[in-house]
Amino acid sequence: MSLAVDSDIIGHFGPYGGRFVPEALIGALDELALAHEVAQKDPSFQAELAELHRTYTGRPSIITEVKRFAEHAGGARVFLKREDLNHTGSHKINNVLGQALLTKRMGKKRIIAETGAGQHGVASATAAALMGLECVVYMGEEDTKRQSLNVARMKLLGAEVIPVTQGSKTLKDAINEAMRDWVTNVETTHYLLGTVAGPHPFPTMVRDFHRIIGIEARAQMLELLGRLPDVILACVGGGSNAIGIFHPFLDDAGVRLIGLEAGGSGVETGLHAATISGGSPGVLHGTRSYVLQDKNGQTIESHSISAGLDYPGVGPEHAYLNDIGRAEYRPVTDAQAMEAFALLCKTEGIIPAIESAHALAGTMQVGKELGPDAILLVNLSGRGDKDVQTAAEYFGIPL
Amino acid sequence: MSTPLDELFVRVRSENRAALIGYLPAGFPTQEGCIAALTAMVEGGVDAVEIGYPYSDPVMDGPVIQAAADTSLRNGTGAQEVMATLAAISKVAPSVVMTYWNPIERYGVENFLKDLKANGGSGVITPDLTIEESELWIASSNSHDTNRIYVVAPSTSDDRLRKVTEATSGFVYAASLMGVTGTRTSVSSSAQSLVSKLRTVTNLPIAVGLGVSTPDQAREVAQYADGVIVGSAFIRLLQESSTLAEGVEKVRELAQDLSKGLSRA
Ligand SMILES: Cc1ncc(COP(=O)(O)O)c(C=O)c1O
Repeated sequence: MSLAVDSDIIGHFGPYGGRFVPEALIGALDELALAHEVAQKDPSFQAELAELHRTYTGRPSIITEVKRFAEHAGGARVFLKREDLNHTGSHKINNVLGQALLTKRMGKKRIIAETGAGQHGVASATAAALMGLECVVYMGEEDTKRQSLNVARMKLLGAEVIPVTQGSKTLKDAINEAMRDWVTNVETTHYLLGTVAGPHPFPTMVRDFHRIIGIEARAQMLELLGRLPDVILACVGGGSNAIGIFHPFLDDAGVRLIGLEAGGSGVETGLHAATISGGSPGVLHGTRSYVLQDKNGQTIESHSISAGLDYPGVGPEHAYLNDIGRAEYRPVTDAQAMEAFALLCKTEGIIPAIESAHALAGTMQVGKELGPDAILLVNLSGRGDKDVQTAAEYFGIPL
Repeated sequence: MSTPLDELFVRVRSENRAALIGYLPAGFPTQEGCIAALTAMVEGGVDAVEIGYPYSDPVMDGPVIQAAADTSLRNGTGAQEVMATLAAISKVAPSVVMTYWNPIERYGVENFLKDLKANGGSGVITPDLTIEESELWIASSNSHDTNRIYVVAPSTSDDRLRKVTEATSGFVYAASLMGVTGTRTSVSSSAQSLVSKLRTVTNLPIAVGLGVSTPDQAREVAQYADGVIVGSAFIRLLQESSTLAEGVEKVRELAQDLSKGLSRA
């Protein structure tokens, strides 16, 4: 049986996924699920999206072998899938262009989005500018400070950025505010959710728009080496870049899939965002998955140096892949991620996003475990321009 | 088996009036303050009480209830405090718990229903539980004779209204508008058309909530619905009062004023 089965009709992956939302949203979710299903089978939609990716996103993204970096990864061969080279600087654009096209098909004129690192907000603002849609981005006040450059980018692109002052003032609260906006304005507005979480159809739909990463990488590795990699590694916040590269390899039993979660100060300290490694099954933001929660089912605030991974939930398909043992999830601390960040800068001339640096830190560990015969493929989900200020502060570089 | 809530709706129907239902989150403004305010509400004329289980991510709630839930969570409110509030209030009025789904899932569905019953609760309002995710909930609540109250919205299709009301008992919670909780200057006209649509698919009592806060609004809703739900308006009174005693008195007065306009005669 293929592991790459689809979720059932209401979006379950084993016991995970589904819909836990107010009735007010059911109509819009059904409409979206139908629009997605139709578009998946519609050659004209696929052609339009493929053309956008070719002429606007800059796809296919290239593969780079990083030999000097690999010396610090047990001498294994390490290949990067360069999603950082996409227009707007990360994988997020893959999903955004797909959903923006669906928005137009559904006849809606306004999109709202949540953002943590700002990458999804920037990608959403970009697509809105390109397609003439009104765009409102909700961003935790804390994150607007950590990622002020991206706030300015969104504004330049014509989006309205609303700082969210409730709760932990980060991504989770930005999602809450976006959901409240959506419940109120659902007739005119599409909620362009930025990861593979949330109620059905988001986990399935967002994954389908990111599968292009894995589809390309599979063909590229076969062409380059005549074989598949031994291990694929990706960072996991909500899990969109990871599922995008994992999914086309699910039936390749010989390919290990490893997701790297944000371990913050260390899972044992409680200050982390490693939802699968350090959380438990529960319901958050409309889906059942792993959640960071206390004994009463209240969400626990997550902690990470990386705004894009600083989320106490994770996509339901990852929860399922973890439980059936098809994928493994490991925490990477802030310190380990920043070490890998610095190393890629100095050995390869590539400044990664701090999110992606978590995958690089995992690569250093796994490479050492497997040794020089191993072939590792890493999803470099984004570039680090947005993180220069955070990194400069971390390494004590005066600004 | 009928619950105290079921009996209430039979009674108000025979009195040709709507029931007045008041909401407060447990632990707000304090554990004792909440019980005092709910008691005053009942003395003032509220017929049934909804006790909110404060939750960290209340996506259905506007700023007023968010702030109250925040206060309550900072007071350390958890399942025990919700159950203790229920035990105190169910002695004076039919009481239900309103909660987002995750706290129930975390507590365990069976345990939650058992403890709800033991503390006199009539039912549970589950605003983010869809009928598709309700298999265990329906089976367990049936075996515990507990009212299962779902919330429907103006956008809910006729077909879905039928399915949701088939799974519902006690009353149907009709959200008056597309949006989150909070006071509004007028009751949306979508409320009445939603209630009319519901009448064609169910004989259950129908209560209207979201944005009902003044006696005039309650009087208007009472003309076509079986229940009028008021939450944010009570919370605001408690938030704006300088002492608990003052807030509790204002809550009692609002309950008195609201209860004057419930008759359909
Ligand atoms: C570069 C980059 N990588 C990864 C993520 C995490 O998201 P996901 O786990 O959905 O890929 C983000 C989110 O902002 C990001 O900007």
